Amino acid sequence: MNETSQAVPAKPQGSPPSGAEKIGRRKFLSWFGLAWVSFAAATTGALSIVLRYLFPNVIFEPPTNFKAGFPGDYEIGVVDERWKEKFGVWMVRSPEGLYALSTVCTHLGCTPNWLVNESKFKCPCHGSGFYKSGINFEGPAPRPLERYRVALAEDGQILVDKSRKFQQEKGEWNNPESFLPL
Amino acid sequence: MIELFKELVDAVSSPVTIFTGAVVVFLLFVTFPRQAASKGGGLTLLFLVLAFFGVGLTDKHFRSIVSAPDNVPIVGMIFIFGYFTWYAMRKAVENDRRMEKGEPTVEQAETNDKVLVFPYLIFIEFVVALAYAVGLVLWSLFLKAPLEEPANPTVSPNPSKAPWYFLGLQEMLVYFDPWIAGVLLPTLIILGLCAIPYIDRDPGNSGFYCYQKRRLGIQVYLFGFWVLWILLIVVGTFLRGPNWNFFGPFERWDVHKVVPLVNVNLSDLLFIKWLGWGLPKEWYLREAPGILLIFTYLILPPAVLAKTVLKGLCKKLEPVRYSILMFLLLVMLSLPIKMYLRWAFNLKYLVAIPEFFFNI
Ligand code: FES
Repeated sequence: MNETSQAVPAKPQGSPPSGAEKIGRRKFLSWFGLAWVSFAAATTGALSIVLRYLFPNVIFEPPTNFKAGFPGDYEIGVVDERWKEKFGVWMVRSPEGLYALSTVCTHLGCTPNWLVNESKFKCPCHGSGFYKSGINFEGPAPRPLERYRVALAEDGQILVDKSRKFQQEKGEWNNPESFLPL
Repeated sequence: MIELFKELVDAVSSPVTIFTGAVVVFLLFVTFPRQAASKGGGLTLLFLVLAFFGVGLTDKHFRSIVSAPDNVPIVGMIFIFGYFTWYAMRKAVENDRRMEKGEPTVEQAETNDKVLVFPYLIFIEFVVALAYAVGLVLWSLFLKAPLEEPANPTVSPNPSKAPWYFLGLQEMLVYFDPWIAGVLLPTLIILGLCAIPYIDRDPGNSGFYCYQKRRLGIQVYLFGFWVLWILLIVVGTFLRGPNWNFFGPFERWDVHKVVPLVNVNLSDLLFIKWLGWGLPKEWYLREAPGILLIFTYLILPPAVLAKTVLKGLCKKLEPVRYSILMFLLLVMLSLPIKMYLRWAFNLKYLVAIPEFFFNI
């Protein structure tokens, strides 16, 4: 009986203990408390380090604004891939002007490929296809590719602002900022 | 001769034919369990698959895909799962036969006492685990895991393939919105599997293999496992090439293959093509028919079945468990239904609300 009540400190309200045993249990409980406190401290410490780890010291994110050269650099009717690698943007020059398409598939976020011969963007992950305008027409992608803000900077270069997105399904492609008439 | 065979196979291969073929094989297997589980049936199946691989291996393209280090285990999987399915069915059929004659089942004939998990079961499992460990070590020694270039978010390899055990999911994603195929369906698969013991609480027929008395459970399981999971993995591994286009088993993976896949939403079909009204402005009007359809699909069949064919089942399970079972079954069936709708009508989504990232 004595042994049981010592081994199960969680249930101290067992049979009335004798004097010697009382001290033993109190001692035990204080050790127990110490153990818990140190365990909690260690866990918190470890967790906080893990949390800290989630926030990197340096972020190699390309700036959201970039200058994309002069309008004359772009050929009419061509999907320009020069900024794809670095900024994740396709520049498309239509007869009327320029727009900047995001290279993120609207299905699950893979990067589609521009197929020149078929004149479409085709995603390698589940086969979504988009027209040159960014409109989705095949595969599972539920909405068109997003466009970014394009404007002319003072020095005559094109400014692409990736912090401003325009989604066709919300009617935002009518916004003059989503298109640079030339 | 072999060339002709290969061309023929490529010509008839398509997602529709392969899937439908698999459904037919499944139906044959569950309607003629006795024949399928006989030695002859098993050997015939094995021979057919082996012959296919044998002929296939003479083809350079087929060989390169089947023997790619990541794909070897999938080939192994076909044989291992095939064998175990056949073997389990064999034991079930044997017990069916005995029960028909009023004899005790194999398991009951052995002993009617309960057997301890430890050491009897654990020992067997331990031996199997050892064998698999040896297999894994050998595999890792002989088949190298290829190291590719550092990841680059703006370049997705073409085709981009998930790890093999997720290829079924990836194939599902071709037909569904990421929320449905990537989150909802996997969650329901896991919850549904967990729910089985709570839905089927009948203690009869437990403790031994049998088929006749557990037909529904076994058929649903075989369909979900083989047709909706393993088959999709196999298709995703061997038959999906660049741009996630479908390729026949012997077809060269041509990056420039053009497949017309233009698809439209139910709302487009209904309002533009059939009614000629043009799309309503508000999304809830536009998607109302689709939403209605989904609700009807989830509510009507269980209600009708509960009053007619499945009256007994409904009574036995009581309404709550019956509804949960029906819901799970209908969700499971929605995958093949959606696939056939895509193939037949180029239907993209029944309900498409891109405004809220919600598409069914
Ligand atoms: S991520 Fe592009 S099709 Fe799925």
